[in-house]
Amino acid sequence: MMLSMEQENNSPTQQGQDLAQISVRDISMVYRGRSGLIDKITRRTSKDYIALADISFDIAPNTFVSIIGPSGCGKSTLLNLIAGLTNPTSGAILINGSEIYAPGPDRGVVFQNYALMPWLTVAENLHFALETVYPKMSVADRKSRVYEYIELVGLIGAEKKHPHELSGGMKQRVGIARALAIDPEILLMDEPFGALDALTRGFLQDEVARIWEQKRKTVVMITHSIEEALLLSDKIVMMKRGPAAGIDEILNVPFPRPRSRENLDQQSGYHDLKAEMEDHLMRETRAVEASRI
Amino acid sequence: MDYSLPKAKLRSRSNPVMAVIKTVLPNQDLQAFVLFLLILGSILMFWEVGAKSGWFSPLMPSASQTLSDFWGWVSDPFYVKGTNDRGIGWHLITSLRRVVIGFTVGAAIAIPAGVLIGLFPVVSKAVDPFIQILKPVSPLAWLPIGLGLIKDSESTAIFVIAITSLWPTLINTKFGVSNVDPSYIDVTRTLGASKWRTIIKVILPAAAPSIVSGMRISAGIAWLVIVAAEILIGGTGVGYFVWNEWNNLSITSIITAILLIGAIGLIIDRLFGLLQHWVSFGRAV
Repeated sequence: MMLSMEQENNSPTQQGQDLAQISVRDISMVYRGRSGLIDKITRRTSKDYIALADISFDIAPNTFVSIIGPSGCGKSTLLNLIAGLTNPTSGAILINGSEIYAPGPDRGVVFQNYALMPWLTVAENLHFALETVYPKMSVADRKSRVYEYIELVGLIGAEKKHPHELSGGMKQRVGIARALAIDPEILLMDEPFGALDALTRGFLQDEVARIWEQKRKTVVMITHSIEEALLLSDKIVMMKRGPAAGIDEILNVPFPRPRSRENLDQQSGYHDLKAEMEDHLMRETRAVEASRI
Repeated sequence: MDYSLPKAKLRSRSNPVMAVIKTVLPNQDLQAFVLFLLILGSILMFWEVGAKSGWFSPLMPSASQTLSDFWGWVSDPFYVKGTNDRGIGWHLITSLRRVVIGFTVGAAIAIPAGVLIGLFPVVSKAVDPFIQILKPVSPLAWLPIGLGLIKDSESTAIFVIAITSLWPTLINTKFGVSNVDPSYIDVTRTLGASKWRTIIKVILPAAAPSIVSGMRISAGIAWLVIVAAEILIGGTGVGYFVWNEWNNLSITSIITAILLIGAIGLIIDRLFGLLQHWVSFGRAV
C-alpha cells in the first residue's frame, strides 16, 4: 500500500536521474558485418548494421513503461539489453545506479513464446525458478510462495498440468507467475501477448492491470498495440524505425488508475494520445515498407 | 468458345464392390487387418503348394512343417539336453544379455560424449572427422580387432555391439544438446542458474527426446549386430543357433529363429518408443 500511495503522487511527473531505477545511457547496438581479410578475398564482406543509436532514457521506480515502434526497430534488442542477455556496443545500462553486465534475478523476464520448461508442471516451473534464485529457501516456504503466485494469476487447479496441456493464455500466465515469484524489482515483458488471439489478449491485459495494482513493480513492456500501451502504461516510449533506431518521443499517460477497458476512451486526452501514436506508427511503418521496395 | 466451368459432380459414382466392403468392414483398421490376413494366407498357401510340388530347392521345408517345428521350439524354449542341445530360449537370453551390456556400455560412452560435443562447438568440429570415419564401419570389421585386443569372445561380442551401436546415440545427443531452445537458456540466465544446474535441469531434459530417439536407433543396431557377431564368435547365442542349425540343414529352425529375432527386435523398438513418448511431454517426437 505504501508503494501504491507513493505511486499515485509522483509517477506521472518526470523524476530526477538520481531516482531512476533503470537508466539507459547512450546505448548503441551495432551488429558487426564481415570485413575480415578472408571475407575481402572471397568478396563476401557486408556492412555493419547499426540497430540502435544513442538511446538514453530513465525509468522511475514503480512505473509501467511500454515501448512501441514499427517492426524491426530494435524494441526486443533494447529489452534484451536491459535484461542483460546481450551487451551494448557502447553506452551503459544502470539499475539503481550501478551498471549491469549480465542478467540477474532483480529483473524478471516474461518471454513472448512463454519459454516454459515442457517437462515440468506449472508448479514445478515456479519451483525451478525459486530454487535457482533462493537455494536456501525452505521447501515449505517455497511451496507456499508457489501457491501464492499460482493463485495470483488465477491458475489454481492447474498446478499439476504440463505446459502442453495449457492454452496460450494460461501458458503466459504461468510465465508471468514465474517472473513475479522470484520477487524481482523490475519486470521485463517482450510482447507478452503477441502470440495470443484478440479475446485472450484483452483478458490477459486486464489480468496484468489487476496484478500490477497489487504488485506495483517497475515494468518495461514491448508491444505492438496502441490500446494495450494506453491501458497499461504510465509512460510510452515511441521508437523510430531502424536502422540506427532511436527514441522519437516519450508520452505520459495521465489517466487515473485503476483503469478499465470500458471507460478508457472517455478519459480526457485519450483520443489525442491515440491519434498521435497512430500517426507516428503509420508514418514509421510506411517508411519501413517504402525502404524495402 | 465456351469457357463455362465444368459442372461439379453431384455424387461420386459408387462402386458396388467398395460399397459391400464398406458395409461389412466399416473401419480402416478392420479393413487393414483383413488385408493382412489375406496376404499372410497367400504367402503360406504359395509356400505350402510350392514346397509340396517341388518348385523350390529340395532343402526348402513346407509351410506346415515349418509351423509345427516353430511350435516345437516355442512351446519348450528352455530345455537342456547336453551342452550343445539347448532350447532356443537360452540362446535368446544369452544374446539379449550381450546386447543389453553392449548397448549400455555404448550409451554410457555416447551420452556424456554427446553432451560434451553438443555444448562446445569447437570440440564438435574437432571430433567430427573421427565420428564420420568410424560411424560407417561394419561391425564385422571391428570383430578381428576385438578378438586381437581383448582375446575373450564374450567381451569381443560386447565390444562390437558397443562400438557399432553408440553412433546414433552420440549424434542425436549432440544434436539435442546443441539445439536446445535458446529461450530456455535465456530463462536460466535471467534466474542466474549455474552452468552445472543449467546442464542437469534444463539442457538434459530438453534434449531427452532426441537422446532417446538416438538410443532407439542404437538398440535396433545392437540387436542387428548380435546375430552376425555370434555367428563368427560361436558358442552360444541366437546367432550361433542360426549357424548351428544351418550346419544341421534345419531350415525350419532357422526360420523359427528369424521370426523370434524379428519379434524381439520389434519389442525392443516399442519399449524405446514408449520411453520416447514418456520424455517428450507433448513435443513432436
